[in-house]
Amino acid sequence: MANIISDETIEYVGILAKLSLSEEEREQAKKDMGRMLDYIDKLNELDTTGVEPMSHVFAVSNVFREDEVTGGDGREEVLRNAPEQKDDMFVVPNVMSH
Amino acid sequence: MELLSLSAVELGAAIGTGKATAVEAMEAVLGRIAEAEEELHCYITIDKEKALERAQSVQRRIEAGELTGPLAGVPMAIKDNLCTEGMLTTCASRILGNFVPTYTAQAVQNMERAGAVIIGKTNMDEFAMGSTTETSAYGITRNPYGREHVPGGSSGGSAAAVAARECFFALGSDTGGSIRQPASHCGVVGMKPTYGTVSRFGLIAYGSSLDQVGPLCRTVEDCAVILGILAADSQDGSQGDSRIEDGMGRQAVGEKPQNQEIFGAESHSPDSGLNAGQGIRQKTGQNAGQKAGGQAVRKDSTYLGRKDIDFTSALKKDVRGMRIGIPRDYFGQGLDGEVRRAVLAAAECLRENGAAVEEFDLSLAEYAIPAYYTIAAAEASSNLERFDGIKYGYRAADAEELHQMYKKTRSQGFGPEVKRRIMLGSFVLSSGYYDAYYLKALRVKAMIKKAFDDAFARYDCILGPVAPATAPKLGESLDDPLKMYLGDIYTISVNLAGLPAISVPCGADKNGLPIGLQLIGDCFAEKKILQAAYTYEQLKKA
Amino acid sequence: MSKQYETVIGLEVHVELATRTKIFCGCSTAFGGKPNSHTCPVCTGMPGTLPVLNRKVLEHAVAVGLATNCRITRYCKFDRKNYFYPDNPQNYQISQLYLPICRDGYVEIDLEEEAGETEAEGAETETGRKGTKAGGEETKDERKGTKAGGERTDARWGMDGEKAAPRRKKRIGIHEIHMEEDAGKLIHDDWEDCTLVDYNRSGVPLIEIVSEPDMRNAREVIAYLEKLRLIIQYLGASDCKLQEGSMRADVNLSVRQVGDTRLGTRTEMKNLNSFHAIARAIEGEKLRQIDLLEAGEAVVQETRRWDDLKGASYAMRSKEDAQDYRYFPDPDLAPVSIDDAFLEEIRARQPEFRTEKMARYRAEYDIPDYDIEIITGSKSMADLFEATVALGAQPKKASNWLMGETLRLLKERELDPEDIRFSPEHLAKLIELAEGKIINSTVAKEVFEHMFEEDVDPEEYVEEHGLKMVSDGDDLRKVVEEVIAANPKSVEDYKGGKERALGFLVGQTMKAMKGKADPAVVNQMLKGML
Repeated sequence: MANIISDETIEYVGILAKLSLSEEEREQAKKDMGRMLDYIDKLNELDTTGVEPMSHVFAVSNVFREDEVTGGDGREEVLRNAPEQKDDMFVVPNVMSH
Repeated sequence: MELLSLSAVELGAAIGTGKATAVEAMEAVLGRIAEAEEELHCYITIDKEKALERAQSVQRRIEAGELTGPLAGVPMAIKDNLCTEGMLTTCASRILGNFVPTYTAQAVQNMERAGAVIIGKTNMDEFAMGSTTETSAYGITRNPYGREHVPGGSSGGSAAAVAARECFFALGSDTGGSIRQPASHCGVVGMKPTYGTVSRFGLIAYGSSLDQVGPLCRTVEDCAVILGILAADSQDGSQGDSRIEDGMGRQAVGEKPQNQEIFGAESHSPDSGLNAGQGIRQKTGQNAGQKAGGQAVRKDSTYLGRKDIDFTSALKKDVRGMRIGIPRDYFGQGLDGEVRRAVLAAAECLRENGAAVEEFDLSLAEYAIPAYYTIAAAEASSNLERFDGIKYGYRAADAEELHQMYKKTRSQGFGPEVKRRIMLGSFVLSSGYYDAYYLKALRVKAMIKKAFDDAFARYDCILGPVAPATAPKLGESLDDPLKMYLGDIYTISVNLAGLPAISVPCGADKNGLPIGLQLIGDCFAEKKILQAAYTYEQLKKA
Repeated sequence: MSKQYETVIGLEVHVELATRTKIFCGCSTAFGGKPNSHTCPVCTGMPGTLPVLNRKVLEHAVAVGLATNCRITRYCKFDRKNYFYPDNPQNYQISQLYLPICRDGYVEIDLEEEAGETEAEGAETETGRKGTKAGGEETKDERKGTKAGGERTDARWGMDGEKAAPRRKKRIGIHEIHMEEDAGKLIHDDWEDCTLVDYNRSGVPLIEIVSEPDMRNAREVIAYLEKLRLIIQYLGASDCKLQEGSMRADVNLSVRQVGDTRLGTRTEMKNLNSFHAIARAIEGEKLRQIDLLEAGEAVVQETRRWDDLKGASYAMRSKEDAQDYRYFPDPDLAPVSIDDAFLEEIRARQPEFRTEKMARYRAEYDIPDYDIEIITGSKSMADLFEATVALGAQPKKASNWLMGETLRLLKERELDPEDIRFSPEHLAKLIELAEGKIINSTVAKEVFEHMFEEDVDPEEYVEEHGLKMVSDGDDLRKVVEEVIAANPKSVEDYKGGKERALGFLVGQTMKAMKGKADPAVVNQMLKGML
């Protein structure tokens, strides 16, 4: 494997992606990611000099909404699936405590 | 009448002429489900009572003359990544195990307005990540043609349900082949339209720049009719949608469609269909004009609002003069011999009937997979950030600190394949790697698109296999993710380039497992591939 | 030996745009409302929902860009900024990194020249301490630095009435302006030790104006902010209220030794809710960085949160906060391409800005330059003035009411001109009443105060409270007779040549009339009767 994924990298990506992996998962992830990156490195065989990155397939631009209120009171709807709510708000662990 | 043997359009015609009812059709399907579902497990959610109630209500509206479309009263299955108001929508993930949307995906809404009746939600790979439907958190689905085999994926439940007659047609989504490949493995027709043809509103995103909703069904005719409804621009609660139903309603099966004037009423360039890119200036009255014309309040910026969607006009048994290219790269190493023979035989059949068939070098096929997995994983890593245990879905218990809550929720809520892609996607976007991986992949995507542009300058369609082999055995693919990804080689470049492509059955291997033929068209050229597919289907039938 | 330091400051200013709906969905942007009442599946990040850009947001952003001399990006895109936080329902914010809508602009600020200002900034930042390093000797903090800009932080555009000091102009570069969405609000629940999330503000449109590191002290920063605020208010693109958060500034600050051309390591300071807090935070951070450098330590590039009560800042960094935002183009939004016609349309809609307005006032109205400067210093004040004049009020009179009583009450109540609630109709009426001698000036001031508080109709108010001047001679004559009878001593004094005694009698009459008489008339009448 050309791409060796370190524990630090897995840890870092875990912080970015908010995933914590077990020891076993971590070893597997290092292997999988290394292999995938080796495979992705195949792209380097292609000379892409002067090629613009294509994020959108079609040259469609300027899709707008008009500035008109279309929604009413969305509380009930929006909170219906909330795992925990209080006073019409979503509840999360105290963000100040760390 | 043996309702279950009918195609969706045939059933719709029978219901429309009073020879059958929506309720009878639903009962027939539910009866079939009772027999087969325990073994096959095509569905994640079925509510028989509600399905029957919906059928009864649709039947009343048919009888009242309110619903006259070709699919009014026809039972359909919906892939479980399309949101359905009031009905559990899980994406086959534990993290959405209890999610009941308060809105319905535009694609589903279009079908319901046309009178199709939801049976339930079909199984799939978790968040559409996979090619076998085995990454579902709710169990595997078996292939109706070989119970020890997978149905393909990610729309495996939808494909298997159509094949097993547990529905008359189904909706799926295709990010890298997720409609075409299971259609191929299950011997049904599946189509991914041009990117932007069907609104993605309510489709739970995997790779936003690649995802499209499309049909899985029994015939090419079904496919054309369903696609026309899916692509229609309808407006919430206004006259817009009833006009669409009228349009579809007046369009008798097999006849020259009359809905052209309905959809063509507004000025547009029929070839491009790119009316989404309206001028930047606000023209007085334009607003009103849009509304009168049935223009919906936009919910998806990438939806094109095409007007050239009278797809049934392409149902002509005629390929004379059609230029068909066969990419040599699609028939090289890794392609199963039986699949190769079946696909080439189909090409020969079209050639014998007047198509100009020739081989050519498409190039870059091998680079599509690494480009695709980079882009799809990057987009997925961002799209799936919203699953955090705060607003909906699963939330891990006993997490006292915020980031601990995020990590526990997501680690427990997502399965291994989803985590693998999120990790990869987060990595390729992270500081220091963005240019080397993500931008590089977008450049290769541009090159792949260019290669297709060059090909379509010479050919009306490109013909090839859908998958390198027939459906693998259950459990065979999961050990080696990379090997599974390689199975997508013929389908994913189509998503990268935003092209339409259809999968049509073209035989079976020695074990009776179906083989699919893929026809790829240029952007907005659905009609060409539908016509080629229809011709092949009719020739094969004869 | 003591080194001289220079402070280098750049600003990231977030401005909430004045639209009816959010940037990517049709929810109202109205303030207030019950928690989560202005939300929908889109702005709460429900699965499968997608953004569609509000055209008005683009119009406002381009208008601000043009007014700040920016280049408008003809082909721009939106990018996702990925980070997990509960106020951000998708856990990514839709913003612009790679192709922001505007770039390379500037605004010119106008500074009052201060003594010594032209010398090196070091005069202000000199630390004046010795041997902090090796000696281990505790040295007292002897910083001489005045509170930078402190004297101007609560005064707006010389509202305190000083005459203009000598001025210098300075150009502050604008690096870019981009469009983005605001986040929701987190409310701390002490009772249950948890945090509550309200997404009403989630998806409210913002522009972020990123300046070049062109500012050197708090006074420049505040002048820059005031200039931006004025431009944006004139455009009607935002009300720019710092306290309410519709204008927010993050301060990027570094220090370097005078003469050094390289930039030092900067920190970003957040949570600055007033000009006062900004000035204090700048001073505090400057000193903190100088202390670090003097102690031979390095400044860490980080985000810090200013606590104005404690007068100190704290690093916001945690291990879980990697600050690696993984920006990439948002595949859910179409790019925006801007043509000449659109630019022309926005340009044609640009309002008369302050300089043009001042010139016009000079030409059209006979009011002092000083008044012009104050009135045009606030868009809402200028609008009020023009509307009042349009209703027929004499410009000088309208200006007097604004410059006098209005400013006095604003200052007293610690309000901004944007908070003025009375209508031009009522001001015009009041002027008419006063000029037509229907009420006298004391009564007029009293009525005005009520108008200022509650926007009462002055005509109705005067009627209701019976405040009209008494013009009926008989009534007045009767009162005057009574006053003469009751004050024989004063009458004697007056007749004995003491003019001041007449003033006392006028005062007594006015008192008896409850102020509703014209003092000049009373004066005449008394003279005649005596």
